[in-house]
Amino acid sequence: MAILSKDEAQNILKKVLSFSTADECEATLNGQIGGNVRSARNAISTSGGVDNVALTVESRFGKRSGVATCNQFDDATLRRCVQRAEEIARLAPESPEYMPLLGPQQYLESPKSFTASTAGITPDYRAKQVGASMQLCDQKKLTSAAFLNDSSGFIAKRNNKGLEAYQQLTNLEFSITVRTPDGTGSGYATADYNDASKFDATRLTQIAADKAAGSVNAKALEPGKYTVILEPAALVANTDASLLQALMSALDARNADEGRSFLSKKGGGNRKGEKLFDERVTIYSDPTNADVADLTFSGDGRPQKKVTWIEKGVVKNLYTTRYWAQKNNIPDLPRPGGWIMEGGTQSTADLIKSTQRGILVTRLWYIRPVDPQTLLYTGLTRDGTFYIENGKIKHPVKNFRFNESPIIMLNNLEAIGKPVRVGGNLVPPLKIRDFTFTSLSDAV
Amino acid sequence: MKRRDFVGLTGLATSALWLPSLPSFGGTEVDPAHLLQGGADVAVKKRLADAALNAAKAAGATYTDVRIGRYLNQGIFTREKQVQNIANTESYGAGIRVIANGTWGFASTNVVTEAGMAKAAQLAVEIAKANSKTQKEKVQLAPQRGYGEVSWKAPIQQNAFEVPIKDKVDLLLATNAKALENGASFVNSVLFQVNEQKYFASTDGSYIDQDIHRIYPTFSVTAIDRASGKFRSRQALSAPMGLGYEYLTPKAADKIAGPAGSDVIGYKNSYDILEDAARAAKQVKEKLTAKSVTPGKYDLVLDPHHLGLTIHESVGHPLELDRVLGYEANYAGTSFATLEWKAKNIPYGSKVVNIVADKLQPGSLGAVGYDDEGVKTKEWNLIEQGKLVNYEKIRDQAHIVGQTESDGCCYAQSWQDVQFQRMPNVSLKPSAQKMSVDDLVKGVDKGIYIAGNGSFSIDQQRYNSQFGGQVFYAIEKGKIAGMLEDVAYQTNTLEFWNSCAATCDQSDYRFAGFFNDGKGQPSQSSAVSHGSATTRFNAVNVINTARKIG
Repeated sequence: MAILSKDEAQNILKKVLSFSTADECEATLNGQIGGNVRSARNAISTSGGVDNVALTVESRFGKRSGVATCNQFDDATLRRCVQRAEEIARLAPESPEYMPLLGPQQYLESPKSFTASTAGITPDYRAKQVGASMQLCDQKKLTSAAFLNDSSGFIAKRNNKGLEAYQQLTNLEFSITVRTPDGTGSGYATADYNDASKFDATRLTQIAADKAAGSVNAKALEPGKYTVILEPAALVANTDASLLQALMSALDARNADEGRSFLSKKGGGNRKGEKLFDERVTIYSDPTNADVADLTFSGDGRPQKKVTWIEKGVVKNLYTTRYWAQKNNIPDLPRPGGWIMEGGTQSTADLIKSTQRGILVTRLWYIRPVDPQTLLYTGLTRDGTFYIENGKIKHPVKNFRFNESPIIMLNNLEAIGKPVRVGGNLVPPLKIRDFTFTSLSDAV
Repeated sequence: MKRRDFVGLTGLATSALWLPSLPSFGGTEVDPAHLLQGGADVAVKKRLADAALNAAKAAGATYTDVRIGRYLNQGIFTREKQVQNIANTESYGAGIRVIANGTWGFASTNVVTEAGMAKAAQLAVEIAKANSKTQKEKVQLAPQRGYGEVSWKAPIQQNAFEVPIKDKVDLLLATNAKALENGASFVNSVLFQVNEQKYFASTDGSYIDQDIHRIYPTFSVTAIDRASGKFRSRQALSAPMGLGYEYLTPKAADKIAGPAGSDVIGYKNSYDILEDAARAAKQVKEKLTAKSVTPGKYDLVLDPHHLGLTIHESVGHPLELDRVLGYEANYAGTSFATLEWKAKNIPYGSKVVNIVADKLQPGSLGAVGYDDEGVKTKEWNLIEQGKLVNYEKIRDQAHIVGQTESDGCCYAQSWQDVQFQRMPNVSLKPSAQKMSVDDLVKGVDKGIYIAGNGSFSIDQQRYNSQFGGQVFYAIEKGKIAGMLEDVAYQTNTLEFWNSCAATCDQSDYRFAGFFNDGKGQPSQSSAVSHGSATTRFNAVNVINTARKIG
């Protein structure tokens, strides 16, 4: 029963609200069905599936709130769930940051967020895609480890102030690391989609295999400041922290106002409106974009619309809670799901052609904050790092550790390529000068 | 559905985003009183498990294990003078793992009835048979005798769920008050409590009932200088532990001072959260004006809270045999410490480096009676006098290194996840000779004392790492000489452990711990402790992390 229609979901939610005796009550249904296959050493190692619908009920008495959940939907269970939320609410302390539930909202349509091609995926489809990938690696005498994960789901919300929301979402993600049998070469490729019909495991496997074969016999370069071309998967990761995600996560108004953010201003206030990046940097969110279709409402029911966060290097907006927005009389913008960095038309190959001397980075890894004051992060290159000379890839290089801030990085911008989807975002490859590598790594 | 979609819809995650890693809190929200209600009777669980074992056998399985798990969690989240969230969750269900056609299959169900168990067992066999079509080598399990009907309980003194929520909230708010009184601008504090009630049965003839408890009190204190715009934070020096609420009743004997002049107190088997919060506030203010480190080579004196993370990243992970073999290549990575590398007998560390793995130490996060494939737990050596002697492995890996038994370090984060090889406790043995922290510092001419774990990063084969900390003190001519800031060290695993000069004795030994060590795809979290005493490493490369932005 994982994917309920709008009417089916709202009928359950109406029934839930009818059992409420609280001042305010909001109910959310969240359903998901999907599966995954994991492979290593060119064989399937594990596989699993998910099929679940969960109801979350939040009840409020005055400024006291309680939450309860259940995953069965007969009347008795629903009634008990509402009662439990109310019991917890009565015991809870008053919230000094209480905000009344939202009333009716207008949400955008995002028709591409759900596709039948992804919703219809079968175990056989997964086995065939991963099987073809493993077969290619067997033929090339390379060793692969990969992960394919797909899901289709829905979210429905309703409250007793008149708010009503419903949306379906599908997602497929695939990543693969291909290594040479002697462990001296490694390559990586990843992609994610709303629409599984765009997915081709073999194409991605070929990219990773080429990088693996091409990265054998890497030469050591001295650490230091280099011009780099960061591929989109080096800027945003599905499975780890990343430099651009770190920047977007730091656009929080409260942290900035409280003085604990790179966006805090000396003496108080924040730096919204200041030009902090190269003027070619523009980042916005748009949940209706067909390439990165996303939810058009946030967890607390606020509409997700097109919002420009950074425009021509100037910080234009910060996201915030409803409480902080009201207290400070600032725009009430929820944190976006995915985001889009504007770019040009050049491919990564075009960026390489225009580079006299530099380093191509496939992927960055184990990225962790070092100093939140400057948004300094450290991490390492991985799975395909190459030296570029006179517009061509000259040879593979040993991996580096970097210590760099996305703020400094986006001021040292040389060129922006054409955005591609990574982790639900549209991200262009970037050419950056003076990127700081601080040591070498022997890892392959 | 992407994780952020889900996180956005739950109240739980919103309050703890300052934490480096949020513990896994699966399950459904329940009334706090529900956390004290007993789970199913052992006889009932045996009957349910037998239903699965029989159904799997009938469907063609040659081996089956069943885990019926009830996972209880409570998290209390506060900032300054207010409670942000209280979450109580329960997750109950069963995971069934089989071998059919020489291949693993796994299925899980939250329908914990005889029919539900049988259905999941049949599905697991079906999946095993389907996956066997691409299998190249049949699963080889190390032999394991059945233990019959046995049980194990964590030796806790007070179940944290029995303590009224109000008392716990009061303690956290008092912690925040201590920090604010002592000059903090902001403070967040959190208390996590976990109870795993696990029942394991297998076709080897084991029926194992276990009751496991974990607790993790922690905070983050921030000081801000509005005029300069500078801010600094200091996290708690607590460790997540395999203990009950008794961990929060401080005992004087468990407080271990850092070197003279450092104003650092470490904690052993109990934790004084109020004292630590007051000290953190004073230290974080001092950090605002501390001298910025000059980069270069320094002898490092690392306290156990800090060193635990370095052990975790540079010894615990590279010696996981599944990583060594390539099973984690697409996510967590592989390892430099391959079987071929081990055969070369290259020193992993200096002669003072003796590192032991275990699932036994009382109060540790890894301590259980039996692992998640029914193997009685034990202790074994990983590194002896600097030499790599063994790995961390489970039943289907033992034969690869010529071992006839599992090490007993198999774990699944819940009933709905398949169990696989996870890191046991990995600890540095203290010196057998008497050695205090002051003795250790006395011999350092130019060095840095680091307390608390901070920023951390290591490559996918575990060579190159960079670590920060919570507080840093200069050591000059054998004495602590004031606080430093902007410190991180970069090192290579083999250089680092070979530069290990000396470690303190048992009186300084204590745990660091991690509630949420991630591995696998889909990622699973596990909790693990690392014991050590304060230890000296010579001539390590220290960098300055300060930067200027416009």
